[in-house]
Amino acid sequence: MTAPSLAQALSHRRPAFSLGRWFEQPNVFSWLMVTPPVLFLAALVGYPFFYGIWLSLMDRPVASEGTFIGFANYVQAWHDPVFWQVVLNTFVYTAVATLLKMFGGLGLALVMNQDFRFKNLTRALLLLPFIVPTVLSTIAWQWILDPAFSIVNWTLVALNLVSPPGPSWLGNPHLAMGALIVVNVWRGLPFYAITLLAGLQTISPELYEAATIDGATTWDRFRFVTLPLMKPVIFIVTMFSVIFTFADFQLIYVLTHGGPANATQVFATYAFDIAMTGGQFGQGAAIALTMVPPLALLILAMALYLRPDKTT
Amino acid sequence: MTVGDRTSLGRLLKLWLPLGVSLLFTLFPFYWMAITSLKPNQELYSRKVMPLIVHHPTLKHYADLFTETNFLEWTWNTFVVAVVSTAISLIFGAMLAYPLARIRFAGAALVSFAIAATYLVPQPLLFVPLADIINSLGLGDTLTSVILTYPTLLIPFCAWLLLGYFRTVPGELEDAARIDGASRLQTLVKIVLPLCGPGFISAGIFAFTLAQNEFLYALIFLTKTEVRTVPVGAISELVRGDVFYWGQLMAAALLGSVPVAIIYSFFVEHYVAGLTAGSVKG
Repeated sequence: MTAPSLAQALSHRRPAFSLGRWFEQPNVFSWLMVTPPVLFLAALVGYPFFYGIWLSLMDRPVASEGTFIGFANYVQAWHDPVFWQVVLNTFVYTAVATLLKMFGGLGLALVMNQDFRFKNLTRALLLLPFIVPTVLSTIAWQWILDPAFSIVNWTLVALNLVSPPGPSWLGNPHLAMGALIVVNVWRGLPFYAITLLAGLQTISPELYEAATIDGATTWDRFRFVTLPLMKPVIFIVTMFSVIFTFADFQLIYVLTHGGPANATQVFATYAFDIAMTGGQFGQGAAIALTMVPPLALLILAMALYLRPDKTT
Repeated sequence: MTVGDRTSLGRLLKLWLPLGVSLLFTLFPFYWMAITSLKPNQELYSRKVMPLIVHHPTLKHYADLFTETNFLEWTWNTFVVAVVSTAISLIFGAMLAYPLARIRFAGAALVSFAIAATYLVPQPLLFVPLADIINSLGLGDTLTSVILTYPTLLIPFCAWLLLGYFRTVPGELEDAARIDGASRLQTLVKIVLPLCGPGFISAGIFAFTLAQNEFLYALIFLTKTEVRTVPVGAISELVRGDVFYWGQLMAAALLGSVPVAIIYSFFVEHYVAGLTAGSVKG
């Protein structure tokens, strides 16, 4: 398939120093390839990041000139009680949702790791929440939890578990946070389960056989074979999950808009409210940037705790 | 399949019960979307009828969605944006991945660090400065604004995935072509790319679904109805003030999900390969 073109290439080869030769040098060729995408990412990720830091040091109402005010935006956030509510909400949301997804996902992966009919179909169906656009499925959840016509409440009333009209899922501060976590788990659990399932399938059955011969119980096999081998996969999946749950926007924006009374406001929705709804670009940029240190700490802590064992 | 223990109680408790509960939890919202979109309003907002089934199905909400809103235009916009940003991301992703996978060059470590860092930057960190930049470039309310910004979310993923696929091509094949006088570019185009088709399909499907899913940038950059994507259009125009048009909302949610679901169903294996490649191989 390649023979004619190779012959052509050979006949065109020039003996002297040439541009073609220059292109073939590893450094030249590689940098010619990577430069366009690197410049693209530098312009649309790197530059906005540093421009955001600059904006956060400005008093910058939308559509007007900014004035440099140093760290005043950060100081203002520090003294803002809503900001500390936002910090707490974000940590609760991230921690509870991630733990539920981690244990639920591992459980579901272990269930899926058995032999049964229609396994591929089941796997495809379980992944649906992850591939369907989040905003659209969250609208469906909003209707499921509707204050007047919630199907959940209808079921609870029909089973005589609560008296009508039933709880207001998105109107009560604690229930609203719970509802957000449930929807986040609904969307993120398949990602965990399917990725961990792929990890489980790479574990050699011989290891389990050897452990069984040595007298290991089911729990021992899980504890001393499955878990150590799964640690790297669990770590990577959890890291992604933590980052994107911590910075979640669309699910909360659609379901509660941060309400009631900021009870479910998180970094992303609060920064959006201040920058886009309130028109304070500088303050909004500062709030968004306060995500960086806790996120970095969280990742570092997890990296230390879940560090894959050196001996493999 | 082992026929013997399929009926045993243990298998029921360890397999079918948790699987059934998971499937019910997973699929109920889609069922609810579908039947809500088919119910007439008097049934939708009545406490007297049993809500779990449709008693008098109607297509009125779908008809209203097509005649009273710009749903078709939103769908077309979403499709165009997803296809173009996926194509850009695959090309740029491959340009990053190939040298990293195959060539020892000065600065390779720096490039791969930059890709990883870009991958981990969450969108809410960048939307304020990006909104300012897009406005000052005069790109507000154009599809170009999202076509330019979506690849920043997709390129790192595509590069990472393609890197793995490029590494699976035997080095001997490339060496043989190079010894026969093929240039590096010829080797890439004629030897490596044809062997990495599945990698491009996996990365492409993944990028396409991510692009369809994006909401924050679209919400901020696209404020006019004729440039909106489906998620932004549904949220902004089917909720007027405090009034939710639930029938139309559910019809829009269902129709907006169908294209992704159909493409996904054809390429499930590629999608799962893409999803798990990074975490399992890495």
